[in-house]
Amino acid sequence: MPVYSQQVMDHFMNPRNVGEIENPDGIGEEGNPVCGDMMTFYIKVKDNRLEDVKFKTFGCGAAIAVSSMVSEMAKGKTLEEALKITPKIVAEELGGLPKNKFHCSNLGAQALTRAIKDYLGKKKAGGDK
Amino acid sequence: MGDSTITKVYLDNAATTPLLPEVLEAMLPYFGEAFGNPSCLHDWGDRAREAIDAARDQVAQLIGAAPEEIMFTGSGTESNNLAIKGLALAQQNKGKHVVTSAIEHFSVLHSARTLEKWGFELTEVPVDRYGVVDPEDVRRSIRKDTVLVSVMHANSEVGTIEPIAEIARVTREKGVVFHTDAVATAGTIPVDVRELGVDSLSLAGNQFYGPKGVGALWVRKGVRLIPLLDGGVQEGGRRAGTENVPGIVGLGKAAELAARHMVTRIEHVNHLRDRLLIELPARVERMVVTGHTEHRLPGNASFCVEFIEGESVLMMLNSRGIAVTSGSACTSKALKASHVLLAMGLPHELAQGSILFSVGIANTDEEIDYVVDAMPSIVDRLRQMSPLYSKFTRTSKGGKHAGL
Repeated sequence: MPVYSQQVMDHFMNPRNVGEIENPDGIGEEGNPVCGDMMTFYIKVKDNRLEDVKFKTFGCGAAIAVSSMVSEMAKGKTLEEALKITPKIVAEELGGLPKNKFHCSNLGAQALTRAIKDYLGKKKAGGDK
Repeated sequence: MGDSTITKVYLDNAATTPLLPEVLEAMLPYFGEAFGNPSCLHDWGDRAREAIDAARDQVAQLIGAAPEEIMFTGSGTESNNLAIKGLALAQQNKGKHVVTSAIEHFSVLHSARTLEKWGFELTEVPVDRYGVVDPEDVRRSIRKDTVLVSVMHANSEVGTIEPIAEIARVTREKGVVFHTDAVATAGTIPVDVRELGVDSLSLAGNQFYGPKGVGALWVRKGVRLIPLLDGGVQEGGRRAGTENVPGIVGLGKAAELAARHMVTRIEHVNHLRDRLLIELPARVERMVVTGHTEHRLPGNASFCVEFIEGESVLMMLNSRGIAVTSGSACTSKALKASHVLLAMGLPHELAQGSILFSVGIANTDEEIDYVVDAMPSIVDRLRQMSPLYSKFTRTSKGGKHAGL
């Protein structure tokens, strides 16, 4: 077993917010199967806040735990606050990640950022939400 | 069925096998009162020397070799390092080209790459999608300056057994020294160095219920080898250093027991392995067997599970007390997918789903029941989280609708 913190094990065994959102306001994908981890984030936005955040992740224990933690941290935050979530903060919240997992598995914050930017881009273009 | 008393199932015998109590018992005196140095010419030395001589006979018998051709080392890795570097360096005046397969253990591959740094050239022959080396590819790769060919007897990750005797016919015809890494086979299936026709062969104690920290290298009489460790004249001057007497005694005892019980062990382990190979893909869709179906190590049940990643499967199984291993990138410290699976042509996504169950002599039918029952829900759970699986179900459902 890789040396994972209790928090990582908890989020891996009981991941929060797994799933997809129908008609999401934004989608963000990150990673590729060569490095091993891929994650997709779905967001629902209301009054500039993340009303709902869901994810699907293909990857190791760390990748799943990171996604779960990011979803939990982001939910309810304003977009500006959510954009401030960085891989470093996520790793700290998880009680640290093994060194070799820090970069390849810690993509949740980037995927969330992409989902938010997807939303902002659509809003700018269409203004339908 | 579904025996609720099972809490722990060890199915990682390819990583290491448990030490048999008889082997431990044989070793114990040499940690204690029989502590002598085998090089010494008194009673203490005699007792230790007699013990390693007896172990040398036991190991020689296991592989059909002469005892004086056996060198004890610190591991299978050391045996492979000594063979690859030692056999190549001994012949460097003749040529500086070595040949290995693409799926060798890192102790062979990385030794060969070290030789490259020392001015040798290396050719890695490919394998087919079952992991089999074609002896004709070996023939084509041999040049005038080729001094060494090394192809493993079997690959422990996917279980494929290589056509060593056929490759040996090629190397003999070409007059090239042939080493085989038999760490996965010696003590597990019949290994006879004369029948295989090789010049050098390595094995390790912890692969057949002996201790860790001890291996052996057999080199056919008359084949030159440059030692890696200089010092005293232990092991015929080819491996200096005071011998690991308890370890060597344990290796000898394990070899004796392996030879005696080989047929019944193979029968038992193959039965359980076949159950995994048949029952798991029947219970879990898109779980495919890797490696060769016939030319396969006893005990090896290796798979790739589509749409999920091996480390997370391993962790889920571990949470249910089941020990397995994976060749996924995430599982390896170097974060690279198994070079064996990639050499067999598996795409990265599929290699990421690698899971290896390796059965040993202590496993039972009840344990296999437990594992076969645990696996579907674990895979299902991880697939529910997987974006690759949702893409797959969307497209396959869409396809079905279109068809209706």
